[in-house]
Amino acid sequence: MSTLALTARDSATMLRRNLKRAVRYPGLTVIVAALPIVFLLMFVFVFGGTLGAGLGLPSGGRAEYLAYVVPGILILAIAGGAQGTAIGIAMDMTEGIIARFRTMSIARASVLTGHVVGAVIQTMVGLAMVVAVALLIGFRPEANPVEWLAVLGVLAMTSFALSWLSIAMGLHTKTVEAASNLPMPLMLLPFFGSGFVPVESMPAGLRWFAEHQPFTPIIETLRGLLTGTAIGSSGVVATAWCAALALVGYLWARRNYERRPAR
Amino acid sequence: MKPTAAIAVTGLRKSYGPKVVLDGLDLTVPEGTVFALLGPNGAGKTTTVDILSTLIPADGGEVRIAGHDLRREPDAVRASIALTGQFSAVDDLLTGAENLRLMADLLHVGRREGQRRATDLLARFDLLDAADRVPSTYSGGMRRRLDLAMGLMGDPRVVFLDEPTTGLDPRSRRAMWDIVRGLVADGATILLTTQYLEEADQLADRIGVLDAGGLVAEGTADELKRMVPGGHIRLEFAGAEPLQRAARLLGMPPADEGALTLEVPGDGSVATLKALLARLDGAGVDVAGLAVNTPDLDDVFLALTGRPTPAEVTS
Repeated sequence: MSTLALTARDSATMLRRNLKRAVRYPGLTVIVAALPIVFLLMFVFVFGGTLGAGLGLPSGGRAEYLAYVVPGILILAIAGGAQGTAIGIAMDMTEGIIARFRTMSIARASVLTGHVVGAVIQTMVGLAMVVAVALLIGFRPEANPVEWLAVLGVLAMTSFALSWLSIAMGLHTKTVEAASNLPMPLMLLPFFGSGFVPVESMPAGLRWFAEHQPFTPIIETLRGLLTGTAIGSSGVVATAWCAALALVGYLWARRNYERRPAR
Repeated sequence: MKPTAAIAVTGLRKSYGPKVVLDGLDLTVPEGTVFALLGPNGAGKTTTVDILSTLIPADGGEVRIAGHDLRREPDAVRASIALTGQFSAVDDLLTGAENLRLMADLLHVGRREGQRRATDLLARFDLLDAADRVPSTYSGGMRRRLDLAMGLMGDPRVVFLDEPTTGLDPRSRRAMWDIVRGLVADGATILLTTQYLEEADQLADRIGVLDAGGLVAEGTADELKRMVPGGHIRLEFAGAEPLQRAARLLGMPPADEGALTLEVPGDGSVATLKALLARLDGAGVDVAGLAVNTPDLDDVFLALTGRPTPAEVTS
């Protein structure tokens, strides 16, 4: 078998392991979905009336705010999933089985690849639950099937990039507690972008940051696709950001994995 | 033909910052034998095993395992070895059988062959009843056995056991010893580390005493024991008169009358004892009591390193 085929085979084995673990230990998947759902309900029903009025749209209200905030909530969910992924790999590292894998003649990247693909699947399941709740409380996206597919693609791409980053973070930290703290900024980042309020409403310095941070183009792309409005250059910028984050995460993770002390 | 070495280590060095852990370690383990690396915590035992099992890189030195160069062909080395460490390397969310299945998948051994090996190992290690339970429900000894079984799925030629019985109760320890003897009978080469002198004595063909990053002594258990003076037979007497007569008879200097004992150098074998007692009996000297003191590896350790073994310190 070629190296690539071996890597794919070992990664598939690792993925099976991670999915089995996710099913046996569903707490993490639930947390991934639960927090964003709580935020969704809170932002729509507590803040939604006021924030919706501030959107500057003709009708302006809770329903408009729901349509506005869903992409931000989805990104929040992905960031939350990344935190779960970091915790997951850090826990795995403490169990000693990773040391066993490293003494076996298996594709080096497969342990990490299995974790990343597993994390993406886990996150997508969580996102489906978030979307279901959004639909339940009146979210009516105007996307056509092709746009839905694009939404799926953007979400998977974002989750993939953040998973590599969070795997690297989880490997970087020495304890599981630290692994749960390090990705925290990712959870806050949607708030300092266009996730919950338009960046135009922010003071100049913050607005500059909000416009140029990676989550804003991703959120804008999702919003455009879901509401059937133009996305402009957001799609391209979002893709570039995801590719860059994934690459940095991958290289950092590989380095941390190789350099990790034995046990 | 010269027996080939399953493990050949020359000049192995490893430092963590200013702390030198291994300082030019040399080690040769012939195929099909058990070598015990004996030493206290911090002597470099685990570091040695971690390097030999490709977990961490060495700073210098040559290592060949099962004929493969550690640095140039790490994957060939990995394909020939198994490591069971003191911290269990099993997946706690998978059942025993699933853990073994995971190994079979990673070893690319086909489903049927994997199943056959798994069932065989579960039976051998007395884990059949526990196969469908997760390891968190296992006892310490069962976990350790599953851990080892996972390593053996790949039919390794060289097995590293890092403190395989640390923390196990005496019964589990004996079960583990039997398993190790079984592995050797099947032709595997074993490098085990231990702080228990008895374990090295029980299992190993050769023992290396590791201290401060190098071997301070190497040999069979008997050879090591011979390196240490101190084997003696202690005779007790009821009074000063038989004591002094015995001392004269045995050609020893006049004894200390306060203790009423004589320490006669000797190996403590039955023949020596018989001869000694016959001689005393022939001269009509009454012996009130007798104790045989053979040097054990604890004495060896103390003599070689100038410190008592950790087992003595803790017990």
